[in-house]
Formats: sequence, C-alpha cells, structure tokens
Amino acid sequence: MRAHWAGIRTIVKRELAAYFESPVAYVFLVIFLLLAGFFTFTFGGFFERGEASLAAFFNWLPWLFLFLVPAAGMRLWSEERRLGTIELLLTMPVADWQAIVGKFLASWLFLIVALGLTFPMIVTVNWLGDPDNGVIVSGYVGAALLAGAYLAISCMTSALTRNQVIAFILAVVLCLLLILVGFTPLTDLLARWASPWLVESVARFSVLTHYDGFQKGVLDSRGLLYFLSVMAYALFVTGVVIRNHRAG
Amino acid sequence: MIKVENLSKSFGPKRAVDGVSFEVGKGEVLGFLGPNGAGKSTTMRMITGFIPPTSGSVSVCGLDVQDHPIEVKRRIGYLPEAAPSYTEMSVLSFLKFAAEMRGLEGRARQEAIRRIVELCHLENVLGQTIDTLSKGFRHRTCLAQALIHDPEVLILDEPTDGLDPNQKHEVRTLIRQMGESKAIIFSTHILEEVEAACTRAIIIDRGRIVANGTPQELKARSSTGRLEDFFRSITRSDTVAEAA
Repeated sequence: MRAHWAGIRTIVKRELAAYFESPVAYVFLVIFLLLAGFFTFTFGGFFERGEASLAAFFNWLPWLFLFLVPAAGMRLWSEERRLGTIELLLTMPVADWQAIVGKFLASWLFLIVALGLTFPMIVTVNWLGDPDNGVIVSGYVGAALLAGAYLAISCMTSALTRNQVIAFILAVVLCLLLILVGFTPLTDLLARWASPWLVESVARFSVLTHYDGFQKGVLDSRGLLYFLSVMAYALFVTGVVIRNHRAG
Repeated sequence: MIKVENLSKSFGPKRAVDGVSFEVGKGEVLGFLGPNGAGKSTTMRMITGFIPPTSGSVSVCGLDVQDHPIEVKRRIGYLPEAAPSYTEMSVLSFLKFAAEMRGLEGRARQEAIRRIVELCHLENVLGQTIDTLSKGFRHRTCLAQALIHDPEVLILDEPTDGLDPNQKHEVRTLIRQMGESKAIIFSTHILEEVEAACTRAIIIDRGRIVANGTPQELKARSSTGRLEDFFRSITRSDTVAEAA
C-alpha cells in the first residue's frame, strides 16, 4: 500500500509542478478569480440580494466551471500522448490506475486551491453581515465535488485524443449535458410534454440537482455518492481508453 | 535475462510482429536492425510492457511481463523512440521525478542523479527547461532517465537517432561499456553502429527475424563481406513490401 501511494504522490507532485512551471496555472487562476468576481457582483447581484450569503457566487459556479474545468483538464492525457511521454510514464514501475489517479488528484488539488482563493468573499460577507458559515462550508464542499466530477470527465475525453481542443470541446458538451438534464427552465419546459415522473428521474442524474443540495447547506450522502460515482466512473473509463489505445 | 518467445502483435489485419523469438543474456548487447516499419519498436514496446502482445510471451529476469508488469518495469531502463520528455520541466526536476518514480529517495536519489549527470554530461544544462535544449541534450536527458536506477536490462529505441557524429560516438561507447554488466537491446538504422557496439545482431523484416548472429557472422554471409550488402539482400525496401 505504501508503495502504491509513493508512486501516486510522485505523479501528483510532478503534475502540480507542471501547472506552476508553465504560465497555465497563473492564467487560469487570474481568469477564474476575475470571472468569479464579475459574475458574483454583476449577474449574481451580490449586494442587491440584501442577504449575507454566497449564493450569488455559488449559483454561477457550475456555468463558470463548465468552461474552466475542461480547460484545466484537457491537457492531462492528450499532452502525454502528443509528446510521447505516455510511453515513459507507463513503462515506469507504476500501474495505470496509479498514473490516472495521480494526474487526476493533482488537477483536483489545483482546482481546490483556485476555489480556496475566493476566500475574500467569505471575509466580505462576514464583515458586512452575519451569514450562516455552515452553509458556506457545505457550498464549498459541493463546489469542490462538482469540480472533481467535471475534471474526471475532462480526464476521460483527454485520454481519447492527442488534440487538446477536441478534448476540451467533448468535455464541455458532456458536462453541459449533465447540467441541462436538471436545469430548471429546461425541465419545466419538458414537463409539459413528458410525464413529470420521467423528467424528475432524469433530473436526478444532473450535477445541478445534487449541487443545489449542498448550496442549501445539506451535506447529504446521496449527493456525495453521486459525485464520487461520476468521478470513479469517468476515471474507470479513462483507464479502459488508455488500455485500448495501448493495445492498438 | 530477456527471453522472447514466439512473440506476435497484430494491429487490426496487419501483423506488425510475427512469431519473434530470441534471448539476450547478461553482458550481451543485441543490435536490432531492420527497415522502417519492420516491427522493431513494436517488439521493444512489448518487452517493456507498454503494449500487450497478441500472442507469445516475454520474460525479463525470469519474470513474465504480463504477469508481473511492475516488477519487470523496475528492472528495465527504457529510452522510447524520439526520446520524449516533459518539455516544460527543467532537466534536474525531470531527473528527480524519474528517480522518485524508481523508488529512489533522499541520499540515494541525490547520489543517482549525481552519477547520471556525470555519465550523460548534463552538468551545464541542469537548470534549463528541456524545451530550450538542443536535440542532443534532450536525447541525453531522456537517456539519463533510462539509466538513473542502474537497471539490469536496457531497451534503447534508436538511441543515436538525430545525434551528431561526436554524440553518436559517445553513446556507442557508453552502450559498449554498460553492456559488460547488463543485458542491452538497441535498435538502429546505422549498420556501422552494430559493428561498433554489438555482441550480436538480429535483422528483422516485416515482423519476422531474417538473420541472427554476431556482426562477423552476418558479414561473412554476404558475398562482398559488407554488412550493408547483406542487409539489403535479405530485407525489402518498404515500396516492395507494400506491393507484396
């Protein structure tokens, strides 16, 4: 077990270093923080809401992540394939799953750091009012899980191709699908034709349905289970894709 | 130390490697010759465990590659074709990464990096990003990665490709020296290289072994006594192979 962990740790370290040794990390962080602030204070109506909460921030996050998380994840495997380093990595003494998990964890950590850097908003609401910090914490947990789910899907599409643009577009489309099946304006529209039962069951597969639970301050195990299964499933498929790619 | 038995690999309908068998012992340097697309890289990739064989088996140090992939990978140093590396990293951080992946830590890692930097002449570029290096240095960085854990078995896919004559000479000398204590397979297009560095050579054509012997034996089999003529007489150029 220790040996397994050592391999993963080394890969995580290298991946994180790769983000910060190139401009990618800084460009990503700046754009993420700018856009997050912009959405929160303009469309989100942070001040106009007249309530001490981060709802204005969290409501926009699934849409912001829809583009930014695939952007952070698109290079994970496609770059390895393009450079040929996948051959180096997978002939070192680690199992495929260790490489997959290691690369995923590194990017997830990076996204969590990005989320963490939005802390001035927490300071602001606490300074201006008296928010329920429990709700804020569960909101962040939900956001981190959402980022993880999107990221795992980006990992999967990234393994499919050596072209980062294709990996990005595929990931955005898949993530969008996971949003839309539970996006209220759309489900309301569908409910006019389809039976409400059907619409509701499909909506259960949406990231939004489970994300909203966390935003209400509920750390429920079904939501946790949902996000973890999306991650596990997407990473499993990543493994299958990589194995098929090698088998020719 | 390397035992390849009846190894085959098909990509769809195409048979890239077809029933290849050979052995390489300790202290042997095996030169792998053949036209482009003959199946050299594919065979090497199967030995390193990067791709699974369609049929047949490979064992390294008595361990089957399919059954004990991690154990086998520990014992092998591999230089893939075109010497890939993480180009955004510095040479030093890349070598640290390679050492750690090989389970070297602390003192052992420092010592391994010191040794390999000296062996591959990387002293002056340690802090540079691999991106900014010349092809020769990039190549040596990847070679250093393959040697960092002082493996018993070395698989080198075209280790001299794209190097200048001085660098080629250096790499050949290095291979010959290391060959005394390891089992080495390297592939090349350059026939003189075989005479300069190998104890034995295998010529492979369209997935099959067409000749196997010491460089002297192979030369003797040509009417002119030249390895090049022998090579040309038993392999086909790719245009002919396509038509066949």
